[in-house]
Amino acid sequence: MPDDIQAQASNTRTLTPTVAAVRAALNGVSNEPGVAKPDPILVGSTITRAFGGLVAVDVDHLEVQRGSITALIGPNGAGKTTLFNLLTGFDQPNSGSWEFEGRELAHMRPYKVARLGMVRTFQLTKALSRMTVLDNMRLGATGQRGEGFFAGLVKGLWGAQEAANTTRAEEILSRFNLAEKSADFAGSLSGGQRKLLEMARALMTNPVMVMLDEPMAGVNPALTQSLLGHIKDLREQGMTVMFVEHDMDMVRDISDWVVVMAQGRIIAEGPPEVVMGDKVVVDAYLGAHHDQALTESGVSLQED
Amino acid sequence: MDWNIIFGQALTQGLGVQAIIYALAAIGLNIHFGYTGLLNFGQAGFLAVGAYALGVTVATFGQSLWLGVAFGLLGSVILALLLGIPTLRLRADYLAIVTIAAAEIIRLIVRSVTFRETFGGSDGINGFADEFYALNPFSSGLELGPISLTANNLWITVVGWGLVAISLLLVFLAMRSPWGRVLKGIREDEEAVRSLGKNVFAYKIQALVFGGLIGTLGGFVFALSNQSVQPDNYATTITFFAWAVLILGGAARVFGPVLGSLIFWFLLIFTNLALSEAVRAGYITFISSTQVGQIRFILLGLSLMLLMIYRPQGILGDKKELALDAR
Repeated sequence: MPDDIQAQASNTRTLTPTVAAVRAALNGVSNEPGVAKPDPILVGSTITRAFGGLVAVDVDHLEVQRGSITALIGPNGAGKTTLFNLLTGFDQPNSGSWEFEGRELAHMRPYKVARLGMVRTFQLTKALSRMTVLDNMRLGATGQRGEGFFAGLVKGLWGAQEAANTTRAEEILSRFNLAEKSADFAGSLSGGQRKLLEMARALMTNPVMVMLDEPMAGVNPALTQSLLGHIKDLREQGMTVMFVEHDMDMVRDISDWVVVMAQGRIIAEGPPEVVMGDKVVVDAYLGAHHDQALTESGVSLQED
Repeated sequence: MDWNIIFGQALTQGLGVQAIIYALAAIGLNIHFGYTGLLNFGQAGFLAVGAYALGVTVATFGQSLWLGVAFGLLGSVILALLLGIPTLRLRADYLAIVTIAAAEIIRLIVRSVTFRETFGGSDGINGFADEFYALNPFSSGLELGPISLTANNLWITVVGWGLVAISLLLVFLAMRSPWGRVLKGIREDEEAVRSLGKNVFAYKIQALVFGGLIGTLGGFVFALSNQSVQPDNYATTITFFAWAVLILGGAARVFGPVLGSLIFWFLLIFTNLALSEAVRAGYITFISSTQVGQIRFILLGLSLMLLMIYRPQGILGDKKELALDAR
């Protein structure tokens, strides 16, 4: 990693008061898997999900600090996306419970989870292709009177609200540099623009917590910085962000806290610079004996 | 060969009740498939419910025709709920399987010997439309150029096109509203809509009910124009013709089903008349007049194939939409 990026990353860490406050709150928290946080927005215990014999998720305890950016990392197949699906109601757990702002969420339908303010995006972007970018945005607005069938027939009942939603949608779109695309079909956007649109659309719901599943996957480097900025913005606006990511530079750059999963379990937690040096984490990614020559390791292939 | 008569008859019938029935059936399908992405292969069932509700209420139980209309609409809602509640939480193809089976179950029940007393078996029910034709304000028929209609024909045609106009207005109003926007979102990706806090299941049920009700209006027109209901008129053919009409006109366009229906029936009737005339006049010698009925469907199939190749989005559709990555 080039020095200037590292400098830039540590620079942003010291800059804003919001970030400083979040980091300070997490400062005294010990770096153990499942550790309690001072002000958790999400608290889950003994969450499990098995697909046949494969236990995809087996989380003993997880807490997410309010107002923080928490990264969820781990090698492929660690159960990160499955955990996301469970938390947001898109999959049902075999056991376990979790509370979001003090409300029990387990077995709740996904649309109800979203209405409580926990809104997610998807690993494979779900832009609504044959709808305009603006309509994608307006769909996200909550509490629309015109979304009832009979009220919808009478424009007088929802026209004013629609105009307000449109203004807000255009504001968010211009922040995401999508304003000039607003009349285009969402299906005509590039992959990176779709990621931006999906995030912008999630913001239309006024979320409390945003769950981003691989926000950087397939995004070209030119857009990466802008996406990173938007995610940091969410924190500045008081939202809690949890995201799954494979790009370690990004994780190091923006997250306040990192949770590492492997084989369905949480194996480590802590601030990014601590976690990345953790031997357990390195082993999970690369294998326990990755830096030893086979002949010297004392491990023969037969034993495996 | 008298081209005036052929053209006039094709136009008369093409603008007549056939086109109305299939326009209504296809407007319903347009709500299901065009806007919401639901695969309903049992639209015939919704028409049958409407037609039989009229017949049974009046002819079997001696009640008012208007009570029959109410029962038809109520039955249509119940059918939509029966079809939707078990299947709409599942993948799209389950609804397709269940609807095509349900429509056939309805047809087989009403034509069964067991319920002959109620539904009239395979002969169906007659003599329930008097109350409707008693309201006919037209004392004479219509002779307008090549178009000629009897007074009763004129009455049902006017009422039918009135129902089409009301349905189109409702579809237009509903689809420009945020409600319609949620339906289109569901068509594109229901998980995404769910993630934005919308109760997708409830919207799908509403769409199924709405489209089913408009199909039922088609059933009313079918029953009243024939002044009889026969079970085999409500076979899967109706559903597949309605689908052809929808695809021909262009799905997810307000006027698509109407345009599709007009063109579909004009062409079908025109080719039939022209071919029969040509056979009778001796211009075509290698087919008999009884074969014409089959030949016209071959031509229809061919033209639908050409349409799918050269204009897959339908006549009113937008090719740009189709070119988009569906995900």
